[in-house]
Amino acid sequence: MADKPRDVLTKPIFQDNPIALQILGICSALAVTASMSPTLVMCASVVFVVTLSNVAVALIRDRIPSSIRIIVQMTIIASLVIVVEQVLKAFQYDVYKQITVFVGLIITNCIVMGRAEAFAMKNEARLSALDGLGNALGYSVVLIFVAFWRELFGAGKILGLTIMKLDTENGWYTPNILMLMPPSAFFLIGLFIWLLRTWKPDQVESGA
Amino acid sequence: MSSNKESTRNVLLVSTLLCVVCSVVVSAVAVGLRPQQEKNAAVDKKRNVLLAAAIIGDDFEGDLESVFAAAGIKPVLVDLKSGDVVEGDPAGFDMGLAMNDPAAVIPVTPDQYMAGITKRPKQVVVYLHEPKGELENIILPVVGQGLWSTMYGYLCLAPDLKTTRGLVFYEHAETPGLGGEVDNPRWRNQFRDRGDKGVKRLRDDQGSYDFKITKSGMADLSSPHQVDGISGATITCRGVDGMLKYWMSDAAYGPFLKKLQKKGGLD
Repeated sequence: MADKPRDVLTKPIFQDNPIALQILGICSALAVTASMSPTLVMCASVVFVVTLSNVAVALIRDRIPSSIRIIVQMTIIASLVIVVEQVLKAFQYDVYKQITVFVGLIITNCIVMGRAEAFAMKNEARLSALDGLGNALGYSVVLIFVAFWRELFGAGKILGLTIMKLDTENGWYTPNILMLMPPSAFFLIGLFIWLLRTWKPDQVESGA
Repeated sequence: MSSNKESTRNVLLVSTLLCVVCSVVVSAVAVGLRPQQEKNAAVDKKRNVLLAAAIIGDDFEGDLESVFAAAGIKPVLVDLKSGDVVEGDPAGFDMGLAMNDPAAVIPVTPDQYMAGITKRPKQVVVYLHEPKGELENIILPVVGQGLWSTMYGYLCLAPDLKTTRGLVFYEHAETPGLGGEVDNPRWRNQFRDRGDKGVKRLRDDQGSYDFKITKSGMADLSSPHQVDGISGATITCRGVDGMLKYWMSDAAYGPFLKKLQKKGGLD
């Protein structure tokens, strides 16, 4: 773990992306990406939770008995998620109602606990913060990519602004309903991985 | 690193301290933000009342409070059994709280279980929309059981008391993408007055209940008494179907609607 702070932050974005390379956190990537605005809120929530949980775990890592380390991490993560949920409920009520189920599920997002267990347990707080931030950004890049295309082709909009006028509103574009359904995110994540591995061929796994 | 990190004493100490710290943080946030959250919930309720009556559209953004105040909506507290408007404070009423208050509910008789609820509030707040002094919409709160959750919504009726003007759900926890589609405008707008595509009626000309949410794709869409269900959400739709049936029955809004009809000479 002799990585430089800069690498810790930037590597997970493309080099070691949690979704594209480690295939973690897929479920929320399918669920919240039908349009951009809930996606952005979800990303912000994950950034907040992963960064702070990494810091919190790193700060007390020397005191956590290894027999209860998983439950300690879970308690910290769950508390942070509740904080996020309460804040959204108070300040972003509409978005909260849309994504409340998935915000709760951040607790079970493998990325969060994966980073706490794999990185924050072994590194100091500042580096862990960067690692959490980097991984959350890597997750966000994929989610925003998916949401961009899903909203564009599924609803003809970007962030609620009409780009292609729908035929139901006397426009010309017939929306692709598949894009509004969660499975379409599989195709888009697949495309993302394809593009990424074309760009960085060292990520291609050799056929066993 | 202390040498006795793995001792039982340390395990207990760390877990206790962690729990105390986390619970303080969580409760501080929950308590501190509650006033703002309650305000949001109240505004959201008004939004849904307006939405049910199609006074605002789905993408309305602006000052809800003033629209609500200007719309001429009169909340009245109704005793369901007698159907009378009673004295009381309508502003404080919340369907969810009322359903969970043992003193405020009475049991539903087993032959009336079609909404999936076994109790209902004795009194509810109904909204009468009277923009020019004349009744234009009646907005009735409705409750029913879906697949996973209790669904709370508003049913808006025209003054003939059988034509639907709108149906919205403001609280439910059905599966997103399947049962959750009950609050998708594409589905619930079937309950609106859709101009040349017609209207939906919950009762036939003789006044008896006649309405069905069918399985997806099975409805005769030209009939005012049928609505297509949502694909992949049969049980949720059955819940909505039973919910409408129950709340329109004599066990629920029947007496109130009859009195309203008599009093206003409405048709």
